[in-house]
Amino acid sequence: MALKMVKGSIDRMFDKNLQDLVRGIRNHKEDEAKYISQCIDEIKQELKQDNIAVKANAVCKLTYLQMLGYDISWAAFNIIEVMSASKFTFKRIGYLAASQCFHEGTDVIMLTTNQIRKDLSSPSQYDTGVALTGLACFVTPDLARDLANDIMTLMSHTKPYIRKKAVLIMYKVFLKYPESLRPAFPRLKEKLEDPDPGVQSAAVNVICELARRNPKNYLSLAPLFFKLMTSSTNNWVLIKIIKLFGALTPLEPRLGKKLIEPLTNLIHSTSAMSLLYECVNTVIAVLISLSSGMPNHSASIQLCVQKLRILIEDSDQNLKYLGLLAMSKILKTHPKSVQSHKDLILQCLDDKDESIRLRALDLLYGMVSKKNLMEIVKKLMTHVDKAEGTTYRDELLTKIIDICSQSNYQYITNFEWYISILVELTRLEGTRHGHLIAAQMLDVAIRVKAIRKFAVSQMSALLDSAHLVASNTQRNGICEVLYAAAWICGEFSEHLQEPQLTLEAMLRPKVTTLPGHIQAVYVQNVLKLYAAVLQQRERTGTLQAAQAATQLLVDRLPQFVQSADLEVQERASCILQLVKYIQKLQAKDVPVAEEVSALFAGELNPVAPKAQKKVPVPEGLDLDAWINEPPSDSESEDEAPKAIFHEDEQKPTRPRQPEVDEEELARRREARKQEQANNPFYIKSSPSPQKRYQDAPGVEHIPVVQIDLSVPLKVPGMPASDQYVKLEQERRHRQRLEKDRKRKKQRKEKRREGHHRRHSSLHTESDEDIAPAQQVDIVTEEMPENALPSDEDDKDPNDPYRALDIDLDKPLADSEKLPVQKHRNAESPQSPDKEAVPGAEKKSKKLKKKDTKQHREKERRKGKGKGKGKKKSSKHKKKKHKKEKEEEAKDKRKARRRKAPSEEVAEEPVHNGTLDGEPLPPLSSYCLLAEDTYIKMTYDVQSSLQKDSQVTVSVILENLSRSFLKSMELNVLDSLNTKMARPEGASVHDGVPVPFQLPPGVSNEAQFVFTVQSIAMAQKLKGTLSFIAKNDQGSTHEKLDFKLHFSCSSYLITTPCSSDAFAKLLESGDLSMSSIRVGSITTSFQNLLAKICFHHHFSVVERVDSCASMYSRSVQGHHICLLVKQGENSVSVDGKCSDPTLLSNLLDEMKVTLAQC
Amino acid sequence: MQFMLLFSRQGKLRLQKWYVPLSDKEKKKITRELVQTVLARKPKMCSFLEWRDLKIVYKRYASLYFCCAVEDQDNELITLEIIHRYVELLDKYFGSVCELDIIFNFEKAYFILDEFLLGGEVQETSKKNVLKAIEQADLLQEEAETPRSVLEEIGLT
Repeated sequence: MALKMVKGSIDRMFDKNLQDLVRGIRNHKEDEAKYISQCIDEIKQELKQDNIAVKANAVCKLTYLQMLGYDISWAAFNIIEVMSASKFTFKRIGYLAASQCFHEGTDVIMLTTNQIRKDLSSPSQYDTGVALTGLACFVTPDLARDLANDIMTLMSHTKPYIRKKAVLIMYKVFLKYPESLRPAFPRLKEKLEDPDPGVQSAAVNVICELARRNPKNYLSLAPLFFKLMTSSTNNWVLIKIIKLFGALTPLEPRLGKKLIEPLTNLIHSTSAMSLLYECVNTVIAVLISLSSGMPNHSASIQLCVQKLRILIEDSDQNLKYLGLLAMSKILKTHPKSVQSHKDLILQCLDDKDESIRLRALDLLYGMVSKKNLMEIVKKLMTHVDKAEGTTYRDELLTKIIDICSQSNYQYITNFEWYISILVELTRLEGTRHGHLIAAQMLDVAIRVKAIRKFAVSQMSALLDSAHLVASNTQRNGICEVLYAAAWICGEFSEHLQEPQLTLEAMLRPKVTTLPGHIQAVYVQNVLKLYAAVLQQRERTGTLQAAQAATQLLVDRLPQFVQSADLEVQERASCILQLVKYIQKLQAKDVPVAEEVSALFAGELNPVAPKAQKKVPVPEGLDLDAWINEPPSDSESEDEAPKAIFHEDEQKPTRPRQPEVDEEELARRREARKQEQANNPFYIKSSPSPQKRYQDAPGVEHIPVVQIDLSVPLKVPGMPASDQYVKLEQERRHRQRLEKDRKRKKQRKEKRREGHHRRHSSLHTESDEDIAPAQQVDIVTEEMPENALPSDEDDKDPNDPYRALDIDLDKPLADSEKLPVQKHRNAESPQSPDKEAVPGAEKKSKKLKKKDTKQHREKERRKGKGKGKGKKKSSKHKKKKHKKEKEEEAKDKRKARRRKAPSEEVAEEPVHNGTLDGEPLPPLSSYCLLAEDTYIKMTYDVQSSLQKDSQVTVSVILENLSRSFLKSMELNVLDSLNTKMARPEGASVHDGVPVPFQLPPGVSNEAQFVFTVQSIAMAQKLKGTLSFIAKNDQGSTHEKLDFKLHFSCSSYLITTPCSSDAFAKLLESGDLSMSSIRVGSITTSFQNLLAKICFHHHFSVVERVDSCASMYSRSVQGHHICLLVKQGENSVSVDGKCSDPTLLSNLLDEMKVTLAQC
Repeated sequence: MQFMLLFSRQGKLRLQKWYVPLSDKEKKKITRELVQTVLARKPKMCSFLEWRDLKIVYKRYASLYFCCAVEDQDNELITLEIIHRYVELLDKYFGSVCELDIIFNFEKAYFILDEFLLGGEVQETSKKNVLKAIEQADLLQEEAETPRSVLEEIGLT
């Protein structure tokens, strides 16, 4: 035995240790792989020995080799052997090897469970520590499950060294075995207050990581963390806590408000940049999460921006980068505060570091305004010139275009300037973005009518110098601009000064070296130009010259007929034949110009991006069905026409056009056919050359325009766009002067008139002050005739946050509020025969005394505002006022009666269903509840989304008598299903007091809340209103019985629905169906829909002629879909709903409504 | 933190620590990609880059690049701090550390890292505590090793 030991030791003498291995590898640079495979063989031998020291050494070497990229998974079992060595030295190596190479797929890993458990409970803290460290790397779900309890025990170990490791590793355990989180959490929480700072920080780490993923479960810990934050001085811990708060605040805005102060304090005091950065980031997150209605935090924003400025100004590139990064976050919500640092951002464009420049570019995008656009772009253009490396230059180019074209060219005041910028950009060599520039040229030329003349002149110059643009190679992406240039010159050839010259330029032999799809456009547009030339020549009577033009075409077109590109060839052949025919006619002295021009008559308008989508699919058309049998895959590839004519990637693609799949294409194709009669021009979506032209009269309208060169096109030694910047500045200056003059004049006049109002002459040049140079008439995008007037398609119907899309600035609707006392002053007594609707009463008054109305309205509002209490800020009130005023204006305009506040919600969908201004009959949802000589009660039932089993009944009480009514109390007999909400402590027999008294002739509204269990059936509740009527003769106790009717419609909430979502609902198949038919209907379909919308709280999803789909949702989440069709004086309503009872009851109610039509 | 890589200016990997489970193939691919990207950056550039959905924070010390991958919301500056702290620890332990120390004692470098970070989170913010733990563990190792070397000598003689 001893001998064997000795022998083993002697053998080991010749073994390599790690150092030898490393040295060996370094000495065998040439045949490293061979040397290593040799070493691996040796290691395999060593692993076979019994001596654990030898094995450990081998495993250590293997770990090194693993790092170099060699597979050592075959040694997994040996690693486990070394892990289970009793000596710490070996154990350590074993665990290290395991942590480096074990993963979930390692099958022997389950053998380690017991060994690890043994090590975890080892008396030596280092054994335990090394096991924990290793486990952190290779913990599997099985290991986590089996060892969770052991680790949890270690969290309360006596030694902090173990405790902190155990706490940290729990995070990994939670990830692998989530069931452990709940049982372990109390202990984890305890560790937040561990006496050892290391353990505490470990616990903070773990909880922060957990909370970042699911913040809402950790909101309750906020106070504890708040305490930690204010007491801790460890920056590592502070950063984690602040990060945690950043995750929590979006869920709890109150927390955000509380955080602002300590965070700003930290920002002021800390010297650690990492902490400062974290604080700034969290403050930004907090401010973003606070809704706009919250008190203004501009001071905090200012502080953040200020600190970020310091970061950006720092010489440290890292800080600069981070500063810009954080700045862009602020930009999204507070663009104004960032814009003032434009100078700094522009400076960053000069930075040596590309990543910083790119960040600065991102920022610039959000900072442009009408005022500074030219300046910023000018700066960017100089960078384009300086930029080395095409990636950055291309990035600059796209950014320039993005900046200029954003929000429909909102910031461009001078399109001539923009066109010259685009032309300048074409001088870039080797850019990949030629198609982008081309698309912009096309877009601007088509949509800005006023610029066409200028664009054409620039484009013809570009065509003339095409050899410069397309000089180098075919791969040169910039030649794409020739595509746009050729098209623009052809299409708007009436603006060309010298069409003949351009025509010649386009027929140069050099053109045939251009890519096929560009040549195709050339060929097509040559004909357009030719038409223009003919027209010009025939008008001036120089028939000789006209014939010469024809001859030119006949001479030059054959070079295209020989093209290898099918598209070019085909077009050229066609056109050549056409021209030859024209030549024959010309020989007989027949005037041809008009007929040739007629080929291209008509205007090509851009099509709105969503136009196709808005065309409703005609009934009975199944777009998914194959028209012919589907061809096999390989065939379809060959048959795709585009692949033949030109490669797809060369096609100019517009960024806003997403890739469409075959199905979508088929759908569009169908829609296009359908729509062709109205609008056959589709240049916008794909400038494909297969356009159709319509024969239309009015060729003679095409004028031959002389360009008046009031603006010199080129200034020597100065790029054209710079010149525009100057011109624009001068123009603005002139404008300003003029304005000043006018203002002065006005002031003078005013003074003369005796007005002593002081005008501030301070000059603030806002964006609005800058009028565009030319009357820019951006051509509106065309929509198909029967497009649906809804914007719903902007939103994804499947977006789970959609239900939360609630306007928070809007004053609370009555239905959302709990019943509170409100005061409504009625100005004059009313005759009992009048409809007792507040709205109607106001209307009549409005008509009668318009002058006093406003004053009274104001008074009324004041009262209302007071009644609402002090909670609302004055700002809020102002907003409300504004809103109400707007409404007022609207009302006046439409001469419609003022809406009662509660009706506002219901009113919207009526607009939705309204296609144009056909006046709607007045609608009121208030119906009579009961009436006697003293009092008249009308009521309306409203539901709100927030409370799924509550409805609010608004009762308008109107005093019809000469008595003073007081101590009113309303009581109902609750049913099992429907109960009135009574004040706490009241029994079911007690009534609910009405919170006001009624002087003679006055009406007021009270609200009562009812809880409802099932909404499937209409409910009727018997009730009584008791009151004391007091007059000169004394007071009497009176009673009025009523029946409160809860219709099923009153449980519906008007919910808009997109047609896609609607279709999905119908498809889902879990809705039951029912239908009704009502005859002898005389009102218009429009009114009918409006009535359904109003009385039954539906919204129109889609309407096609006399057919409409409608949607609503119940408070309890039932979807109700309707299809309303109007036949000859009858209407049929088909409904689908998840609850058949609810549906049939609803339809019955609807029947009653419709029968009244 | 998702992982930490140490590599030389020549692109040779010197240390790798993964805190997320990934297959060897994936690890190799990521390593190759990152080493290339980071080495291609100019010295004057900032230490951060966006890569896939992660943020890469790297710093060069002498001929060695320390490179960490952190998640989107993580703080880049504190990650730099972590790297710096680790370098300080190595420096203290080896006494002005150089690349060769890490090559020849790579397991020690791992041990130090494991005492400093655990599962990708900072475990101990105090330098002193980390070094103390390492020293004591080493002591334990030496105690265990001493008898063996005696044995070796016996074997020799």
